[in-house]
Amino acid sequence: MAVRRLRAIAATTAAAALTLLTIAPLAYMVVVSFMPRGESTTLPTPLWPSRLSWENYYELLVRRQVDGGWFDYRIVPALLNSLGVAAVSTALGLLLTVPAGYAFAKLRFRGRERLLQLLIASLVVPGQVAMLPLFLIFKELGLVNSYAGVILPSLAGIFAILFVRQATLAIPDEMIDAARIDGASEVRIFTSIVLPLLTPIVVTLALFLFLGSWNDFLWPLIVLADQHLYTLPVAVAAIAREHAADGELMMAAAVVTTMPVLLLFLALQRYYLTGLLGGSIKG
Amino acid sequence: MTRQDRAGWLFSAPVLAIIALVFVLPTLLALGLSVTDYSIYALADWSNLRFVGLGNFIALLSTPLFWRAIGNTLLFAGLGVPMAIGTSLFVALLLNDATVRWKPLWRVLLFAPYVTSIVATAVVWRVLFNARFGLINRALAALGIAPLDWLGNPHTSIPAILIFVTWKIFGYNMIVFTAALSAVPADLMEAARLDGASRWGRFRHVTLPAIGPTLLLATMMSVAGFLQIFAEPYVMTLGGPAQSTTTVLYFMFDEGFKWWNLGQASAVAFVLFLMILAVTIVQTRIGKRHEWL
Repeated sequence: MAVRRLRAIAATTAAAALTLLTIAPLAYMVVVSFMPRGESTTLPTPLWPSRLSWENYYELLVRRQVDGGWFDYRIVPALLNSLGVAAVSTALGLLLTVPAGYAFAKLRFRGRERLLQLLIASLVVPGQVAMLPLFLIFKELGLVNSYAGVILPSLAGIFAILFVRQATLAIPDEMIDAARIDGASEVRIFTSIVLPLLTPIVVTLALFLFLGSWNDFLWPLIVLADQHLYTLPVAVAAIAREHAADGELMMAAAVVTTMPVLLLFLALQRYYLTGLLGGSIKG
Repeated sequence: MTRQDRAGWLFSAPVLAIIALVFVLPTLLALGLSVTDYSIYALADWSNLRFVGLGNFIALLSTPLFWRAIGNTLLFAGLGVPMAIGTSLFVALLLNDATVRWKPLWRVLLFAPYVTSIVATAVVWRVLFNARFGLINRALAALGIAPLDWLGNPHTSIPAILIFVTWKIFGYNMIVFTAALSAVPADLMEAARLDGASRWGRFRHVTLPAIGPTLLLATMMSVAGFLQIFAEPYVMTLGGPAQSTTTVLYFMFDEGFKWWNLGQASAVAFVLFLMILAVTIVQTRIGKRHEWL
């Protein structure tokens, strides 16, 4: 029994140590963001701010006059842009992919099996192959340098369709057939019988879509030329490439970019992790 | 047309139309674009476009930076996949031990880096890897190891980025493996234990066959992911030093959107696609041989 106890302590300590090591960079990010300007580049490397300073956040977030002209890093506008883009692409993504996922699982329509095979096969093709011609198509359509241009590609949710389909397969056919016999329309069956059963999956998918859009980098970088339209990752990358030496400021920018999604994830982690597993893990 | 035909198409047509517009059509056009000399002149006026056959692909073969990018990308994948999958599996096995307490807490925190933005955390790790002031060199100094210029030395730039990438992504497969491990038959494990099989023997002959299919699928996805590395070098090293972190996708981005050689860049995109396809085919074969897929 004593051996087992000792083993439990050792294993738990190992897990805790690994977790601490993993969280350390994120903790350090927050710590440095509160250091006075230039403190992180002194020796020995400080582990804690000499005094708690908000100046990096002030510098980063507040629009102010410099040499007679207005200046800011456009982080607040970028934050709002990211929020807007992620919200719209999540809402539209759900609206488009959830009914489609249900249709692929439960509605016997002509061409379904072939389409399904094509969707699965297309997962092999990396999205970057499509990016160059897509840029040209969007240029012709006038979508370059617009939010629509950022959002539209994120709506082609092949993974999302397959994800919803997989979850929907678990709903018994008898339930849907019974509703049909009772005279419910197909739309009615979907909205009042299927959708309530899919609620946890829809929340999970919403979280996936929101985080995916919030963190997306390559396509917004390509399609957005105007700094005023930049999403957060694009704005932060632009500052990072220019102000490489400015450690504290960059950490504040990283905090602003990561904290909203980290908090969202921590609040909804149960949905996220069980969604990833199809509900197969227990605490 | 039956009622289900109508409803099925009504529900799936909108998203299928978008997939056709932003994915299928551009992918087919990319094939067309890769056999043209599409450049900034054609961007201004389509009449400047010429058909060049396999010219772009042949030109790539004699571009040293392209070969460098291929080599770097293979190095990223060759080192990164075992590193990332190994870490995920190690942590999943540790957390699978029945004696570990507060598992959900560790799991959530270990997963946290996965949901963060690559750009933001790359900025953080750039500071951690700083040669003079970085925390990593400070920790090494405490162990008596001389400081390394992680991101400034062509020999350590790829390992440094891989440490960052592993940190960022291992949580995902950790969760996937945790699910697979929970399905390992407990009675078989108990029987092996009673037969006196060693810890390694039990892992090799009971655990590994049970999680084999999951392991293969995770490896496949990881290889594809590592072949598409872009944001990390873009933010941390700008492809340097001495082009040691210029990846295929980085090369494609510069060719396409910095120099506007979209024809040439499309050829690069196709090479990337073929690399991913080749890996997928090889791994599907392995899966078939073991009857996993």
